[in-house]
Amino acid sequence: MTVNDLRTEMRKHIRDYGMYIALFVIIVIFSITTNGLFISSRNISNLLNQTGYLAVIAVGMTLIIVIRHIDLSVGFLSGFLGAVAAIALVFWHLPVFIAIPLVLVFGVLAGLITAYPVAQLGIPSFVASLAGWLIYRGLLLLVTLDTGTIVIPNDTFNAIGNGYLPDIFGSESFLPGMHKLTLFLGILTVIWYIFSSIVSRKNKREYNFEVLPSDLFAIQLVFVSALISLVTWILAGYNGMSWTLAIVLIIVGIYSFVSNRTILGRHIYAVGGNPEAAELSGISVKRITFVVFGSMGMLAGLSGILFASRLQSATTTAGTLLELDAIAAAYIGGVSAAGGVGNVVNSLIGAIVYTSLTSGMNLMGIDISSQYVVRGAVLALAVIFDVTTRKLGEK
Amino acid sequence: MSTPNILEMKEITKTFPGVKALDTVSFDVARGEIHCLVGENGAGKSTLMKVLSGVYPYGDYQGDIVFLGNTQKFRHIADSERIGIAIIYQELALVPDMAVYENIFLGHEIGEHGLVDWNETIKRANEMLRKVGLDINPETKVKDLGVGKQQLVEIAKALSRDVKLLILDEPTAALNESDCDNLLGLLKELKYHGVTSIMISHKLKEVIRIADTVTVLRDGKTICTLDAQKGEVSEGILIKHMVGREINNVFPKRDHQVPDEVILEVRNWTAYDQQLGRNVLTNAAFTVRRGEIVGFAGLMGSGRTELARSIFGNPDGYRISGTLLVEGTERKITHPGQAIDAGIAYVSEDRKRNGLVLIQDVKSNITMANLKQIARRNVVNNNAEIMVARKYRDALGIKTPTVEQLVMKLSGGNQQKVSVAKWLFVEPRILILDEPTRGIDVGAKYEIYTIMNRLVAEGMGIIMISSELPEVLGMSDRVYVVSSGRITGELPVAEATQERIMKLATN
Repeated sequence: MTVNDLRTEMRKHIRDYGMYIALFVIIVIFSITTNGLFISSRNISNLLNQTGYLAVIAVGMTLIIVIRHIDLSVGFLSGFLGAVAAIALVFWHLPVFIAIPLVLVFGVLAGLITAYPVAQLGIPSFVASLAGWLIYRGLLLLVTLDTGTIVIPNDTFNAIGNGYLPDIFGSESFLPGMHKLTLFLGILTVIWYIFSSIVSRKNKREYNFEVLPSDLFAIQLVFVSALISLVTWILAGYNGMSWTLAIVLIIVGIYSFVSNRTILGRHIYAVGGNPEAAELSGISVKRITFVVFGSMGMLAGLSGILFASRLQSATTTAGTLLELDAIAAAYIGGVSAAGGVGNVVNSLIGAIVYTSLTSGMNLMGIDISSQYVVRGAVLALAVIFDVTTRKLGEK
Repeated sequence: MSTPNILEMKEITKTFPGVKALDTVSFDVARGEIHCLVGENGAGKSTLMKVLSGVYPYGDYQGDIVFLGNTQKFRHIADSERIGIAIIYQELALVPDMAVYENIFLGHEIGEHGLVDWNETIKRANEMLRKVGLDINPETKVKDLGVGKQQLVEIAKALSRDVKLLILDEPTAALNESDCDNLLGLLKELKYHGVTSIMISHKLKEVIRIADTVTVLRDGKTICTLDAQKGEVSEGILIKHMVGREINNVFPKRDHQVPDEVILEVRNWTAYDQQLGRNVLTNAAFTVRRGEIVGFAGLMGSGRTELARSIFGNPDGYRISGTLLVEGTERKITHPGQAIDAGIAYVSEDRKRNGLVLIQDVKSNITMANLKQIARRNVVNNNAEIMVARKYRDALGIKTPTVEQLVMKLSGGNQQKVSVAKWLFVEPRILILDEPTRGIDVGAKYEIYTIMNRLVAEGMGIIMISSELPEVLGMSDRVYVVSSGRITGELPVAEATQERIMKLATN
């Protein structure tokens, strides 16, 4: 292998890697400026848990933007559905395993309602969802009018936002202070990753398809495995993997699989890339619009649950401006407003970048006003980077 | 001034990448005449007018424009407008939600210090409307007027700017008969008031009625300029000059018998466009047999594409009446998906706009309309997809380094082949090709023709919509001619000539 090979491969995929490089730079900078506090197990664990409710919205928003729409209603929808969850638990005395699916179903319905004027009547999604923004803001205030903040005294529910996977291999003699189950899951992930990569490469070779040269392939395997191991190690050093992180990873996994591998996913990207061509190819643009908005609503419900659970209560301001943070995260993650471009894993990374900025600057003691300026600058840089590298790629 | 010509365009040459759209075209217009410009689609009429009006700025073309005795170097449409050239396009440039008087003075508002004098504006608007013989309240919104009246408002707008040369690009294409008469009358009227007009038209009867002089363009060259007063203009002569194109494209030979087995039959097909408020198709009827290439000729805007799209699931939402039979069974098709299921495929006219997803790669575009073929339980098999894409790449000779190449990086001809591949992958029985060789080079054209021959030999029925008469004559077994939303003729290819088709198409 020559360095040149590596360089051309890198250049070909600079857009895919850009996000990770940015995240790496941010981590290094904050680790230095906070004397390593930023990279501590405790902080990373906290940071990822904070990202949860933003990340799930960003995932849904990615697909919304891919099909050339926007959904402004989801911030307050998330707040409102969080309050509904609280009411269901506290006042209706519903068990958790009923309250949660109920809220998710409400979310889907809310998404479909937003989609109706957009898909059936051709009303711009900006306006339709702005109406939703107002409505859910009002509803959130309405349902918390008498009570104010609703405290949720339910340990099972609150564990979603605060709890960690139990350590079933609890043993003090081996690796004391480490969360063994998390380590075990990490090892499983690495094994699964290496195994599936090799199988997929073998399949491609059987078809005589182009594959990465074996040395680059090995580098890729080692690099990704090391990264997974590192994150696992850091997390295991605190309380292990949180329920929030587990949920987020499952959601991102499902959405990534659906959007990349299934017919539905292909249709979503086709509609985003050229709706007229998609329609003429027998794809129902309306149906796709309903599906994507419905999924967005469900994720808003999930986000509301994560947030309420994390605060152990439903507040009157929950979800405020969450939709704009999610849009920012998705754009940092490289979605294109022109449609048809964007992927949910990158949006997750975008959300982590976004929360890292907040977390790091908080640790440094930077005041909130400057934080907004920095976040704005990062968003602008990310989009400029994306557009310029895309133009390079088109040449 | 010594010369009686208001306009002289001298040796204009304009090239687009790979195409010479205008080749040393000379075009003179005498003061105070009505000069008609005729030619087939793609002859260069619109390009010439765009050069004249400054859409293509000075330096973008070779040659000189002499207007009012001076050589002009227009850099922008505003430059040509300022000295009295007004161009009225087929798609009107009015703001539908503004009142007539606002539109007439849009961009040239009457008033001082940035404030508009509305009373004066309305008064002047009334004068202009009187000049064009339009008796309406100037406060009417443009969208509430019919197309014919909107056209008159456009002319009023031009007159308000003291126009010396009025250019109309197919002004009567969207008009009904009485609006047409009205407009042609107005042009004559304006002529007596000293306004010179250039009219581009496909309707030869109108041309004969109104023109003082006719210039015929063909393949980017001036063929001839005819003087009506000397009796040089007749329908036969115009058609002869318009279609005189030599058949220099070579068509691959096809020798097989068309079995007498109708696979597609359309009866009494009428489509009403709610937005335009008129029928885009009226009582169309035709058949396609297995193994047959049926050519659909007609001028742009005649309804050929509307016919294809209304059959293919009607994505434009026309109100349709009529019967559609696929292999003898009546079908009700309301979405392109159902058309695909019925065995119909449609390769659209504008591959970039509504055929391909340019930002996706070759393989995704090829499999887009039939993903279930390569999926198990809704999960797409990526490897199978690559195999499929490679198969069609090889079968159609798509030149691309890999099937993972983005479609926008391919040449026009290869993009077109991807478009065709996408529809072959759905394995249709009836393939509609709308302008299958537009904007691609001769070599790629030949390859597309060869593919078509192979497909009909395998038993497919092909509908080929084309503006190029040599292509229609060279490839079809049978030809239908479409004009103003009606099928005006059906000719076996042996009896079809360019002249006969053009006569039916300009009917």
